[in-house]
Amino acid sequence: MTIISMCDVSKFFGDFQALKDVSLDVALGERVVICGPSGSGKSTLIRCINGLEAHEVGDIVVAGTTLTADPADLEKVRGNVGMVFQQFNLFPHLTVLDNLCLGPRRVLGLTQVQARERAMTYLERVQISEQADKFPRQLSGGQQQRVAIARSLCMEPRILLFDEPTSALDPEMIAEVLDVMTELALSGMTMIVVTHEMGFARRVADRMVFMDKGEIVEVGAPQDVFNAPKSKRFEKFIKQILNH
Amino acid sequence: MKKCLILTSILLLLSGCSGNWGWYVVDPTTSSGWTNLKFMAFGAYYTILISVTAILISVVVGLLVALPGLSEKRGWRMFNRTYVEIVRSVPILVLILWVYYGLPTVSGITLSVFWAGVLALALSDSAFQAEIFRAGIQSIGRGQYEAAQSVSLNYRDTMRYIILPQAIRRILPALGNQLVYMLKMSSLVSVIGLQELTRKANELVVSEYRPLEIYTILVLEYLVLILIVSAGVRWFERRLKASDT
Repeated sequence: MTIISMCDVSKFFGDFQALKDVSLDVALGERVVICGPSGSGKSTLIRCINGLEAHEVGDIVVAGTTLTADPADLEKVRGNVGMVFQQFNLFPHLTVLDNLCLGPRRVLGLTQVQARERAMTYLERVQISEQADKFPRQLSGGQQQRVAIARSLCMEPRILLFDEPTSALDPEMIAEVLDVMTELALSGMTMIVVTHEMGFARRVADRMVFMDKGEIVEVGAPQDVFNAPKSKRFEKFIKQILNH
Repeated sequence: MKKCLILTSILLLLSGCSGNWGWYVVDPTTSSGWTNLKFMAFGAYYTILISVTAILISVVVGLLVALPGLSEKRGWRMFNRTYVEIVRSVPILVLILWVYYGLPTVSGITLSVFWAGVLALALSDSAFQAEIFRAGIQSIGRGQYEAAQSVSLNYRDTMRYIILPQAIRRILPALGNQLVYMLKMSSLVSVIGLQELTRKANELVVSEYRPLEIYTILVLEYLVLILIVSAGVRWFERRLKASDT
């Protein structure tokens, strides 16, 4: 069953075309990893999926809702789609627990007790429940990112988007975040992950998408595309990121 | 030694060192001096009341004017700019006079001295509040809005729970400044007859012919009032910071 369908999507920033006729379907439960050089449009692509960026041309359908500028559509789509950011974007003035409870209480209408219970469940899942009463800046980067993942999970989305979730982390903290993401992937969550962590991609992804200059250049199962890249651009990219 | 010098000079000053001073008008040991002092000090009631009322209104109005200034729509931004530019260009004293003497003729609404003063002060201050809020809100990174959107918070909740609490922490020193400024500006409302500190001092000067002593006391009154308020603002800032850690 297709849960995300993108058809000939184009996106412009002024004169610059960030996405060029991108088409991509994602099935329910599928794990898609998107990679590509910086400026290739991969972040823009996933930001279009939850309407953080508006696309100008083409159709994006998420769980049956076509994305338009209509706030009601955006609301429906965002209810189904969670997002994890490169810079975590936790709310610095709220405790970890309050970071998690805000959405469930204000948007889903849970009571405080219900929201806390749910928040603790997900904090345990990302193995950070003992930090519930701390403020974000008292945590390490890896811990903050795990809190951010738990915050997304609290809204119980059907799809999770990850925008370079480990790029802002020190090397020793990358593993703890990837472990959480791997666990999520194995539990059947539909995930689209923009990352350069090729080990993670090999282990977890059902499909790899390689983007360059706003286009999807190559799509395929990780073992196929890594072992036998079809395009020169992808081959060059793999060499660059694996060579150091 | 230093303390001794200061003490003697204050004593000399108070006793009227050259004979030109007449501190008797505000000498608390005599009954008339005590009455005069009480008369002056009671002006603090209206000074505080009008300043606090005006600042509360101007914060709310300022926020309401600041929000359209952050809109992506040109029309809303134009409204913000126009309001700020026009209100900011009118001197407060002129605004007070116009609201008290002009507004009844134009609109048929007659305001009491107190409410005319509140309206003029709040209006004038709101333009500055709007700029302070706009700067504070703009200083919050885009990531906070995006995170709020990604958990489906609507505009109101995003502002209320995410953006404003952070913005207010950042603009608190500026808001404290504005309150001090307001306490001082409230002295202008004396021209339409509000019985606040300055007006009381003026009235006493007219009956006692002792401007030097009375205005010196007036200066001290404002000084004490504002030092207390500043200390309060700083205490509040520290408390907010402490609650962060």
